[in-house]
Amino acid sequence: MSQTGQNDAFVEFERVQKSYDGETLVVKDLNLTLPKGEFLTMLGPSGSGKTTCLMMLAGFETATYGDIRLDGVSINHIPPHKRGIGMVFQNYALFPHMTIAENLSFPLEVRKMGKSEREAKVKRALDMVEMGAFGGRRPAQLSGGQQQRVALARALVFEPELVLMDEPLGALDKQLREKMQFEITRLAHDLGITTVYVTHDQTEALTMSDRVAVFNDGRIQQLAPPDELYETPSNSFVAQFIGENNTLEGTVKEMSGETCLVELANGAVIDAKPINVSGIGDKTRVSIRPERVEFNKDRLQEGAHLLKAEVKEFIYMGDMFRTRLSVAGNDDFIIKSRNAPDQTRLKPGEMIEIGWLPDDCRALDAH
Amino acid sequence: MTDVQMPAGDQAQQDGPMLAADGTTLKRSLARSLRRRKIQALMLIAPLLLFVLLTFVAPIFDMLYRSVENSIVSNTMPRSTTLLKDWDSATGELPGEDVYEAAFYDLFLAKERKDHTKLGTRLNYERTGLSSMFRQSGRGMDKIADAYLDPLKDLDKDWDEAEPWLDLMGDADWVAIAKDARAEEAPNFVPNAEIVTLLPNTVEAYAEFQTFLKEEDPRKRLGREEPWGLVHIALFNDLEQTDVSAYSGPGADRLAEASQLVQSGTVDIPTFAMGFADAHDGWVNIEIWRTIQTYSPKATTGYFLNAVDMKLTPDGAEFRPEKERVYGLLFSRTIYMSLVITFSCILLAYPVAYLLSNLPLRQANLLMILVLLPFWTSLLVRTSAWKVMLQQQGVINEVLVWMGLIADDNRLALINNQLGTIIAMTHILLPFMILPMFSVMSTIPPSYVRAAKSLGANNWTAFWRVYFPQSVPGIGAGSILVFIMAIGYYITPAIVGGNTGTFISNRIAYHISSSLNWGLGAALGAILLAAVLLLYWAYDRIVGIDNVKLGG
Ligand SMILES: Nc1ncnc2c1ncn2[C@@H]1O[C@H](COP(=O)(O)OP(=O)(O)OP(=O)(O)O)[C@@H](O)[C@H]1O
Ligand SMILES: [Mg+2]
Repeated sequence: MSQTGQNDAFVEFERVQKSYDGETLVVKDLNLTLPKGEFLTMLGPSGSGKTTCLMMLAGFETATYGDIRLDGVSINHIPPHKRGIGMVFQNYALFPHMTIAENLSFPLEVRKMGKSEREAKVKRALDMVEMGAFGGRRPAQLSGGQQQRVALARALVFEPELVLMDEPLGALDKQLREKMQFEITRLAHDLGITTVYVTHDQTEALTMSDRVAVFNDGRIQQLAPPDELYETPSNSFVAQFIGENNTLEGTVKEMSGETCLVELANGAVIDAKPINVSGIGDKTRVSIRPERVEFNKDRLQEGAHLLKAEVKEFIYMGDMFRTRLSVAGNDDFIIKSRNAPDQTRLKPGEMIEIGWLPDDCRALDAH
Repeated sequence: MTDVQMPAGDQAQQDGPMLAADGTTLKRSLARSLRRRKIQALMLIAPLLLFVLLTFVAPIFDMLYRSVENSIVSNTMPRSTTLLKDWDSATGELPGEDVYEAAFYDLFLAKERKDHTKLGTRLNYERTGLSSMFRQSGRGMDKIADAYLDPLKDLDKDWDEAEPWLDLMGDADWVAIAKDARAEEAPNFVPNAEIVTLLPNTVEAYAEFQTFLKEEDPRKRLGREEPWGLVHIALFNDLEQTDVSAYSGPGADRLAEASQLVQSGTVDIPTFAMGFADAHDGWVNIEIWRTIQTYSPKATTGYFLNAVDMKLTPDGAEFRPEKERVYGLLFSRTIYMSLVITFSCILLAYPVAYLLSNLPLRQANLLMILVLLPFWTSLLVRTSAWKVMLQQQGVINEVLVWMGLIADDNRLALINNQLGTIIAMTHILLPFMILPMFSVMSTIPPSYVRAAKSLGANNWTAFWRVYFPQSVPGIGAGSILVFIMAIGYYITPAIVGGNTGTFISNRIAYHISSSLNWGLGAALGAILLAAVLLLYWAYDRIVGIDNVKLGG
């Protein structure tokens, strides 16, 4: 791979479409630009086309339309083995008939590397994932986490500049997952590798990535860094999909620049920030994060609109209190409050008034 | 524990063992319930187990037994084979008169039971000509006996009649019943007490004759059958030694006359050896006696030696002359051709199995039906179809001639030779290679090859280094299956093999159904079985039998 590519566009998808059966598009008009060294996660529900995108990038599927470029070069007609992309498969795909060392040495052998150099690289790669002592074993003799690390080492041993991982941690338990998440990000950053990572676990996506591409229905719904994705979702799918979220449905009543007024079904009016609404009379779905809802009037702005709510349930969670309310016909309205000495513990049946900063309440599209 | 006043301490002591006893009952009841389950399970598989035992295990053991069993010789000629043990054939001298005498008794009885031809057939496997010799000797035995009967007959015709013998030998009461009774109704022979002391040998021979009569045909009237020559000979021997003048029972005059004749020494009786020489000149051939001696033991390695082109001789095992050797060639040809067939099956089946496991479901199903299609037609039909295809005027030759690829007078010989057998059997055994291969290949996830490619391997390297090694267990399973089936195949080589393309099993079939040399057939079968087990063992050592997978 040459070093001539521009730093800001190492991988490019341009208007890529994919159909398996000639009738439905699995990937619809995908545009994506990935700078060198970035850790990008594709996140989305099952069947949203994440694996398909990865496979097109790796060369195992061809794009029905559009262009995929790597380092400025279109790779549509380059066979997979010449793309030089490291890949970690969901089931690891470690070759069962080879030892761990042979597995790692395989990509170097097909590159006709000398024996001593090969051995040195295999050793270094194994040490990197702390698996140095396991070179002589077969994959079946390793635990899931160890296999995962070997798969990672194998994808990295031939020093690719781009590594693709398709749900590599799917089969691991929670603790091991978290450890591996950390190790993968550390390695990726230390080695300066560009990574495309697929998962449908949003926590994983948020904690590991530089940017997250939220997929749904063959399209990228939003492409943004994790904090932006969480705090400023650009449509109601993203708002729902990432983190916990309260929604209320209503109609835009007034627009005034940065804020608008939304009238709910029961006639109550709330403040919101217009994101995805075009004008007065639009149907909208407003989205508020549970931790941004306030029921202590002292902390609210002067003149903020308040909503009546009935406490349905109070759940003690240790560090947090989680309270379920009934608000404007929505019985699943959740608020979260920190467990502090002065925090009020609400009781079921209690009637309260809630509010929020207009910036925290986003008026999004209605579907 | 009926004693209410039992002290507390005793009670406790009683409780200890009670508890333990309780424990054992628990264990026992658990064991019983488990046993019941085991029995239930056993009952479920019992029909199959029985079936397998009866139809599979038992015949194999029967075959192994037959391949060494040789009791017919010593059973048919018990006396002479016992004596022959002490005969030293190396001296170059024929056996002594005692052996001939014993052989006479053996053969005479065998002739009466019609067993002498069976023995002849058995010994004919070892030495041709023995079959007809034994057949012809049956009459010779009668001739030997006639030398004794004729002078007696000249004295009194009654010596060759049934009823006078009955009167002479039997107890009066028994005779009264026996004369009219059928054999099954008459009580067992009861000899005349006086005669027993006078003529013990005669009575013994006569008793044997009576027993034989009863066994042979229960509906025969005892009074109708004149006794065997054996009885006459025994009478001669008895009369030589005994004085019968004191006897006054039935037939006393005849007996006295005969006694006089015998003791006068005027009767000229030839030796048994001379009688045998008259019956067939084989009996004075030392080689034939050697053969009989060699095959006297109840178990023999002779069949096995035959099966490997050797021969059991008095001097031990030795190879047959070059032109008589057939089985070594047949065995090596069978193994060689089975290997060729297995290899061609691997070559043809691998791509098909690969396609089967990698095509989309619908096409794969269609292909699978095509693979299984041959199973819907009878084996005989398929083989015969190959005959139509391959013969000189057959489809393939016609097409080649029509296309001008070969000359009309130079048609390919595709059938009635090894090539024909290989072609037809490869086709017939192909599914047995495809199916295990397919079931192994279909468990190899496509991600392995993808991983190999993503690691930089081109299509061929990815296949050869990653896919192929994982499909080897399927090749192993298919090869074992096909090879073992091929090595014992019978119908196809028989139909398309001609002379050069037949297998050892065709020879086994010949011995079982035509030459009726079951012993040799069994020995050949046992060797075939051993060869298969040996190959299986070798495969296990080299490849490892746990590397064989039929699926999963
Ligand atoms: N080989 C194929 N042939 C036909 N359709 C396919 C094929 N592979 C995937 N699809 C379809 O394409 C769509 C997207 O599949 P894809 O595997 O990309 O989803 P995904 O986002 O990876 O889902 P998951 O999170 O479950 O892995 C799905 O509707 C799937 O049914
Ligand atoms: Mg997927």
